[in-house]
Amino acid sequence: MSTAYQIVVCAGIVPDPLQTLEPVASPTGPALKNEMMLPAVLDPWASHALYEAANLAKNAPGSKVWLVSLGPKAKLQQVMMTVAQRVPFELVALDGPASGFTEAAEVAAALAEVIQTIPGLDRSRLLVFGGWESASRGAGATMQMVGERLGIVDQFQGVDELKVNPDGSLDILERIEGGKHQVSKCVGPPALLGWATGNLPEPKNNPQVGMTNMRAVMPALQKAKAVKLAGEGLTFASVTLPKQMRETKVVKDKLPDEIAAEIVEWIKK
Amino acid sequence: METVLLIAHTEADGVLARSAREALHAARMLNKTLAGSNLVVGLVGENVQAAADSIAACPATRYFGVTGAEFTQARYATDATAAEAICRAAQATIIVAPATSRWNRVLPGVAQRLGGRVDTHVTDVAEVGGQPAINRWYYRQRMEATISRTQRPWFMLIDPGSQPACECGAGTASVEMVTVSLPEACKRTTVVGVREPKADAQTIRPDAQLLFVTGAGWTKKQADGHTHVPEAEKIILEFLKHTRASLGSSKSLVDLGGEGQAVLPFLSHLNQIGQTGSTPRHPKGLSTCCHGEEPHTVGWRFIAERRAISLDPNCGWARGKADVLYVADAFKVMAKVNELLTKG
Repeated sequence: MSTAYQIVVCAGIVPDPLQTLEPVASPTGPALKNEMMLPAVLDPWASHALYEAANLAKNAPGSKVWLVSLGPKAKLQQVMMTVAQRVPFELVALDGPASGFTEAAEVAAALAEVIQTIPGLDRSRLLVFGGWESASRGAGATMQMVGERLGIVDQFQGVDELKVNPDGSLDILERIEGGKHQVSKCVGPPALLGWATGNLPEPKNNPQVGMTNMRAVMPALQKAKAVKLAGEGLTFASVTLPKQMRETKVVKDKLPDEIAAEIVEWIKK
Repeated sequence: METVLLIAHTEADGVLARSAREALHAARMLNKTLAGSNLVVGLVGENVQAAADSIAACPATRYFGVTGAEFTQARYATDATAAEAICRAAQATIIVAPATSRWNRVLPGVAQRLGGRVDTHVTDVAEVGGQPAINRWYYRQRMEATISRTQRPWFMLIDPGSQPACECGAGTASVEMVTVSLPEACKRTTVVGVREPKADAQTIRPDAQLLFVTGAGWTKKQADGHTHVPEAEKIILEFLKHTRASLGSSKSLVDLGGEGQAVLPFLSHLNQIGQTGSTPRHPKGLSTCCHGEEPHTVGWRFIAERRAISLDPNCGWARGKADVLYVADAFKVMAKVNELLTKG
């Protein structure tokens, strides 16, 4: 049995991981220094979710992928210039803060609301994907709340593999403690999967896909609804960089034998 | 007045994991510091009496349980129903739980059901101005925040390894069973098992004293102009065999396979630490052939004692991050380390 899936991928944007990040106080709460100047990327684990969604859609004819993203419109546009080259999708954009200091419950409410406005959404074919944690808030909480708001109780987190069986059931591998995977079988959609790394490499740029995507991306950005995240009831007493500098003792002139002896003694201590 | 609920699930053998006792420690801290609060315990599992008895000497005033064969599985739908029922029965305002994969999967959804809020990866709890507060990290362990909330219920998932385990003793607990009816919709998913590497191939050991971090340097060309991947593999595996260390890896080394380069076959994304990997907690860490700056070094943010071996004396991974940096060839040093460990 082949199902044409409707795959909705929730993916935020985050500062490029190679950037130096520094917290600052702003009138609306904590923020990053020069936040709007920092180059942004699609959240890494959510990116894997997008690639897995595209791969599933490719192998299930008639399937479609929507990318739902909440972020400042200008930043979203910048990120989409790159992401749109990778895999086919239709963007559903929300214009609002992408900060890690926003409240997961409020983000989830905004995402769930906009997902419900996607025309022709059919729960019997619906798979909601996302990253299991973001590289900003890193809570691993938003997707579950989106699922609850959509009434989806077959949820999986830290997913590394999804296999569709001939009878339409889904075999899912989730990361659990100690480098192991829990194996579950779900009868089928609707289901929500928070992806970890998955198994797919980053797709190569495809200018044709990019051109097709971008035709819809710009109108989607133009009609992006503004979202206000108030962070109600949440107070940050402090946000600080850790005291990370250690007095490193640099040992330069010892022979491998001497270093090895020192290390073994330290390990055994 | 706050009602602090510790909610935990039993392990396959019916006992509580250390992470549950760590969460209990955090719950007791809150109970102790928040004037007028009371502490209650909720347990989920096939049978929870033994687990409740094992912590019966703690100052909890009530114990709640959801039991049955359906609750042995770590399945979202049934776990959420059980946790929701316990939270409602206990009328909890603060719910403290171990951040296991099982609770991480389910408790944010339960917070949504109860109109509450959730904080995961909590590393500390405290009382600030008479109100509860927590510490957690943002931007992949790159900055730490102290936050408080007015919403209730407030779920706090305590990162394993961040707290001492509660040492309260055993006794006999009177467990109030909470009845839960499961609709068929909760049984659409079945947990069919656990997939794990063979015992000798299992390199991730959360309880190990030492984290051994391998960087991309192990598969790069060495001084003789050639790569020595088989030798690297032998050295690393032998070291792991001797020390029972947990193996971590940089992203670049894990990703090499996707780029068609020589790889260490026993490494997977599960070994990856750092910006897009895990941030494990171990008393000691030894990094070898690792390079990179701040974003990558978050992988050993929670390692207490750190030593590094690198040929680069200015390596950003080690300078200011490690206690000791050995400027040396890791191939030579680790081969000698293995020799010494073999001799005992």
